[in-house]
Amino acid sequence: MTTPTQQPEQPGALPGAMYTSPIPVRPTHLGHALASEWTKIRSVRSTVWTLCVFVALVVGIGLLVGWKTSGETYTDVPYTIPALFGLMLGQICLITLGVLVVTSEYGTGMIRTTFTAAPQRHRVLAAKFLVFFALAYTVSAVSITVVGLATAAINEIPSGPGENWGTSVLLGSLYVSLLGVLGLAVGSMLRHSAGAITAMLGVVLVPAIMPAFLMISPALRGIGETMLEYNAPNSLSALFGTAMYDGQAGGVPQLLALLGITLVAVAGAFALLEKRDV
Amino acid sequence: MIELSGLTKRYGERVAVNNLTFTVRPGIVTGFLGPNGAGKSTTMRMILGLDRPSAGDVRIDGRHYAQLHDPLRQIGALLDAKAMHGGRTAYNHLLCLAQSNGIPASRVTEVLDTVGLTPVARKRAKGFSLGMGQRLGIAGALLGDPRILMFDEPVNGLDPEGIHWIRNLMKSLAHQGRTVFVSSHLMSEMALTAEHLVVIGQGRLMADTSMADFIRENSRSYVTMRSPERERLLDVLHAAGIAVADGPDGAVEVDGVAAPELGELAARERLVLHELSPRQASLEEAFMQLTAESVEYHAHDGDPGAVRGGPAPGGGATSGGEGQWGAGWGGPEQRRRKG
Repeated sequence: MTTPTQQPEQPGALPGAMYTSPIPVRPTHLGHALASEWTKIRSVRSTVWTLCVFVALVVGIGLLVGWKTSGETYTDVPYTIPALFGLMLGQICLITLGVLVVTSEYGTGMIRTTFTAAPQRHRVLAAKFLVFFALAYTVSAVSITVVGLATAAINEIPSGPGENWGTSVLLGSLYVSLLGVLGLAVGSMLRHSAGAITAMLGVVLVPAIMPAFLMISPALRGIGETMLEYNAPNSLSALFGTAMYDGQAGGVPQLLALLGITLVAVAGAFALLEKRDV
Repeated sequence: MIELSGLTKRYGERVAVNNLTFTVRPGIVTGFLGPNGAGKSTTMRMILGLDRPSAGDVRIDGRHYAQLHDPLRQIGALLDAKAMHGGRTAYNHLLCLAQSNGIPASRVTEVLDTVGLTPVARKRAKGFSLGMGQRLGIAGALLGDPRILMFDEPVNGLDPEGIHWIRNLMKSLAHQGRTVFVSSHLMSEMALTAEHLVVIGQGRLMADTSMADFIRENSRSYVTMRSPERERLLDVLHAAGIAVADGPDGAVEVDGVAAPELGELAARERLVLHELSPRQASLEEAFMQLTAESVEYHAHDGDPGAVRGGPAPGGGATSGGEGQWGAGWGGPEQRRRKG
């Protein structure tokens, strides 16, 4: 009979005497939750595959486009432009990953084990947000940079505004990572993978499709134009300096709008988390 | 030590757990017994802070669960064998739990060894059998070497060797001075492991007693008699002032009179007996009697074959209860699954 501890079973232990563990007790903090969430996110295949698809899309499409363009293309846009096409598709990967980080726990029942191990639920959710955001941001920033550097190397590029591609890396990555964080927040509120992913696809696609219908009616034209300007693909293009629908905004207001929506969703996720049974 | 006071959980109109007050003490295995749907799992989820009580309070060594900063070091729980991500390996599943409580990774290897899962430590949990999942859940409960252990139906899905192992594990954990709280719907299982017994039915406390007392109070002894001259046997017993109850297949059951006395009585009256056997009602029957009123749906509507002639004296705790036993519990379970 194996005992669960290494210490020898004390024959004299009286029933009723409290057991004391030989393992030293350490109070837990956010660092522990971060380490735990990092292990969770890296130890399932779906995470690795989703990120691989993301990198393949951004870098693969980026290199193809970069290879087929010539130096003159980049006189007024950053070298990272080829990454934009991959990002349009790749953002779906980050949204899916963000949603799955939390809904897979509800789907499998792991969440009960998680919250038993860490009853400070807000700490668990905060760790999920931080780990996911750091991962998504790093992977997208590296992918966009690789595309930018490769494009610059392939093409003979005349000096001009195209050299200022740093901003597009920082803000472009931020935009797609925030979409993922929004997915995580929505996933935490809906607790259902398919439901949350569908809701997020709606958030990304509906504002890109609806304006076509809204523009028909003069009364709704204003709304349609705002949607055209603020939908995810257009916002992302604007951050790369080549907005499809040219509003007056250069990407930053759209980024701030997404940040606002994301913060509201995150606040909602935290508020609901403490109230509901698991 | 787990202390519940007035713990109540309502889901809309339905009261799942109704004003439960009891204490689970260290050093012994406490069995938590009740029919399916009696509220055992809900109670355990409330102890772990997963469900919020509608009323009342539950404390772990004097503190609320949410106030525990290293809960795995205080209380280890096995709620559901499949409460894990199937895509994660056994080792990584335990590692992320260990990290969240600042438990060294070396401990993960130790508990995997304790539960005998070392050979499959790097395999993904989705390929595990129910028994292996159960062992992995137990490993998670043992991870923090906690003072309190809570197991919800731990023997489910285990093979006989595994059942033997978990019984000994629970006893040795309790012997080390830990609090061990284990739920089951099988009285026979509890009789082998638990020293103290908490019985609930329909969310209400039915009994909170030591196993020895429960056996003493609830196991009814009686004598089964069988005779070709059944009517005369009844007359003789009646004339001697002995109360009788109908047994199965025309048998007669006598309470409170020893078998030798009855045999001598029959001999005096020159009565042919085909059977004279002292019996003891099983603990399961006693348990069923205790919770009979609390079972939401009775078996009659589901399985008419299991219902016996009429209500026997002695509250229905008569022999031949096996059919009723299983069927009586199937009722609420089946309905709930459908609902």
